[in-house]
Amino acid sequence: MAYSDKVLDHYENPRNVGTLDKDDPNVGTGMVGAPACGDVMRLQIKVNDDGVIEDAKFKTYGCGSAIASSSLVTEMVKGKTLDEVEQIKNKHIAEELALPPVKIHCSVLAEDAIAAAIADIKSKKTEKVA
Amino acid sequence: MQISLSSDYFDLFDLPKQFNVDEGKLKARYMELQRMIHPDKFAAASEAEKRWSVQAAAHINSAHDTLAKPLSRASYLLKLNDIDLDVETDTQMAPEFLMSQMELREALEEIPSSADPYLAVDKVRKVIREEIEGVSLAFDRSFSAEDHTESRNRAREWQFLDKLLSEVGEAEARLDDDA
Repeated sequence: MAYSDKVLDHYENPRNVGTLDKDDPNVGTGMVGAPACGDVMRLQIKVNDDGVIEDAKFKTYGCGSAIASSSLVTEMVKGKTLDEVEQIKNKHIAEELALPPVKIHCSVLAEDAIAAAIADIKSKKTEKVA
Repeated sequence: MQISLSSDYFDLFDLPKQFNVDEGKLKARYMELQRMIHPDKFAAASEAEKRWSVQAAAHINSAHDTLAKPLSRASYLLKLNDIDLDVETDTQMAPEFLMSQMELREALEEIPSSADPYLAVDKVRKVIREEIEGVSLAFDRSFSAEDHTESRNRAREWQFLDKLLSEVGEAEARLDDDA
């Protein structure tokens, strides 16, 4: 199966690989996995006091499409508010990367990873207020 | 004894629908079934009967392969309960489990650069095997208790570990190639 140029680009030069401090109150961490392919993805976002994502990092073990999906997502979320980021759906990721149908689930993984990271940061913020 | 192509694999092998199987019985029944559909017995049979015997052979073989391997047996038991493990859209798993998976993958990644790569392979493999032992026991317990949610969770973790174990094998093969 041939990967699109965009997938190859993200796979060969992944953006924003790394780790943010998961204990930082401004950092949300999302971890998801796909048992059938053994993929595991961690996506982290750092949100400033205005609710804008100022940094994002990922680490993914998986196929080229899974790595490209998470790399692309870190680029997409930077500079956006949490509300804007919640609108990102796997369809956008799959279209942007021209993923074939058998690899759509890789973009689902990335969408779920953002959702999990957002849920994490929201629960941290609520705890702080409470 | 009749062979039904529509019977489930446990019925075909005359085994109870549970995780632990009597391996001796599985093997004996496999040989018995193979004898029943041996091509010699169909030498004088009609074309339709010959076609049936070929289909039966395929059914028997896939049944045996499915029941002989513990993870595929677990997956099949869930399937009989309308739970499909191969659904790729469910990505939610216990964060601690995913964290340990990530750490194991990191350990795997660092193997080639470690002082004694083969020792490192053995260490990672040992950890994974122990975890597989743990999830398979937990699967058996929860499946026996008819807790299908827990059974499914354990089987999903097992899938992860199984994939990882095969990657350890691949990493070891690469070490051999580079030696």
